[in-house]
Amino acid sequence: MSVYGPVVKIHPVVVASIVDSYERRNEGASRVIGTLLGTIDKHSVEVTNCFSVPHNESEDEVAVDMEFAKNMYELHRKVSPSEVIIGWYATGYDITEHSVLIHEYYSREAQNPIHLTVDTALQSGKMSVRAYLSAPMGVPGKTVGVMFTPLSVKYVYYDTECIGIELLQKTRTSPSRTNGLTSDLTQVAGSAAQTQEMLSTVLAYIEDVLAGKVTADNSVGRYLMDLVDKVPMIPAEDFETMLNSNINDLLMVTYLTNLTQTQIALNEKLSPFLPTRPSPYPSSFILFKLLMPKA
Amino acid sequence: MASRKESGVSSSNTLDSPVKQIQIEGLVVLKIIKHYQEEGQGSEVVQGVLLGLVVEDRLEITNCFPFPQHTEEDADFDEVQYQMEMMRSLRHVNIDHLHVGWYQSTFYGSFVSRALLDSQFSYQHAIEESVVLIYDPIKTAQGSLSLKAYRLTPKLMEICKEKDFSAEGLKKAAVGYENMFEEVPIVIKNSHLISVLLWELEEKSTVPSKHELLSLSSSSSHLEKSLQMLMDRVDDMSQDIVKFNTFSRNTSKQQQQKHQYIQRRQQENTQRQSRGEPPLPEEDISKMFKPPQPPPRMDTLLIAGGLSVVLDKHLIQCDFRTLLIRRYCWFVPE
Repeated sequence: MSVYGPVVKIHPVVVASIVDSYERRNEGASRVIGTLLGTIDKHSVEVTNCFSVPHNESEDEVAVDMEFAKNMYELHRKVSPSEVIIGWYATGYDITEHSVLIHEYYSREAQNPIHLTVDTALQSGKMSVRAYLSAPMGVPGKTVGVMFTPLSVKYVYYDTECIGIELLQKTRTSPSRTNGLTSDLTQVAGSAAQTQEMLSTVLAYIEDVLAGKVTADNSVGRYLMDLVDKVPMIPAEDFETMLNSNINDLLMVTYLTNLTQTQIALNEKLSPFLPTRPSPYPSSFILFKLLMPKA
Repeated sequence: MASRKESGVSSSNTLDSPVKQIQIEGLVVLKIIKHYQEEGQGSEVVQGVLLGLVVEDRLEITNCFPFPQHTEEDADFDEVQYQMEMMRSLRHVNIDHLHVGWYQSTFYGSFVSRALLDSQFSYQHAIEESVVLIYDPIKTAQGSLSLKAYRLTPKLMEICKEKDFSAEGLKKAAVGYENMFEEVPIVIKNSHLISVLLWELEEKSTVPSKHELLSLSSSSSHLEKSLQMLMDRVDDMSQDIVKFNTFSRNTSKQQQQKHQYIQRRQQENTQRQSRGEPPLPEEDISKMFKPPQPPPRMDTLLIAGGLSVVLDKHLIQCDFRTLLIRRYCWFVPE
């Protein structure tokens, strides 16, 4: 049985799902639990999906709807057959005794399940996401217990997820927490402004170093060298010709698209005027008359 | 409607549309992105169901679940059952189980097809406010999330209801390719806890923000592919036009022939009358000259609509963005 290295990679969609199910929990329930799905690697575990499982918790007992969990897993398997159960999650800051019981159930479903806690009640001041692995401890034969060893958590993104998250980040700043999908132009302007800001920060730093206000740092200097090297050495005329030809291509594409659009519009307007069968419209009647042989 | 009209798709300012705005939760966006990323590589489309509720004139989408691909076990796989089970299970965990639409990914803007029309029609017929969300992963990878919501215009709904796709039916309802679909504006909304999560992610995440938008080179291959799709569609369109032209030529030729035949008949009849013979019986003309089949106009409309969507949304926007970048870089070498 392999022991995982201590890295748990989480996709943001999983944590968002957990937060959402916490917001929709039943009245009286203080926390939500659910299954984690994902893939297992040699040194890491990647969590890509999750679903919540209804459960009841009281002082002395805990009941988990296992039938439901199995069903949901089957349904999810139909969509993504490569995802397996790799553990379970619970909202809240601490690990309770009930967690131990639930963890035992999950050990039957998966080898060495991961336990994830998401602190949605913000007990520690921020929403911390932590992962644990269970290990048996104690004196064998006498008092045996289970210890949860913490693992390190990393967030991983697909490229498109990155872009999605960036867009979502914008909703933090607006007062109504909303954000429309912006057009391309505004986004280009935004990106360009960001790059400009970064450049000015770098320039300010360089000037400070030259003026002696800040001590020079070798590693930063090396990064700057890399940066300058990346700009290709092209004489200005070649650069201009490249840009020109590109712009010409684009102008032609714009011309073509306009042409095609006009063509479609024309086609639409013309087709009703061709005779399909004798119709009461005067224009087609005239055409019909023209086509008749002179008797 | 004095609204700004984009060809191919008109912005929904119509008073009779029940849905004026769509509000999506961040979670749904992430789920759609993930579904395409994991299951959609290479294959045509990934699809799924949207869940949510309707609040006044807003359609709120709060969750979604994906549909499995149509694979070899098509025969025993029961889509309806999968859907029912999924919704029942989701109801147990208090997720909105109201169907409000469906989503689909697209490949370079080629989503306007008969299948889409049929599905959206059946959805909109059953549930008044449903929409289809089109997610374009290629455009998203280039830097800007491309998610659009479409509905069928009420005129198109009427035509689909009567299944009258001939030229007369379309003329009667005055549906051109411009008012087939209407686009509904989308707004993303997140709850407070999700905002907390976003702050947390910002702190913890080590991935630098990508500036794909500003990359000068990335658009060339996409531009090529988009142009290729455009050429394919224009080919389809011209084939359709040729078909229609031959049809109309055939009909007019046939009219000519019919007329000639009638005249000859009349001449013969007068001749016979002058000779005292009984006139020839009037034959059923329509049986002799069978009118050629008019080609279904619906496909033309669809192709035209699809073309214009590709042109408008995809290419022109691609162009403007790169044009802007190049103008901006014009000043760099100085």
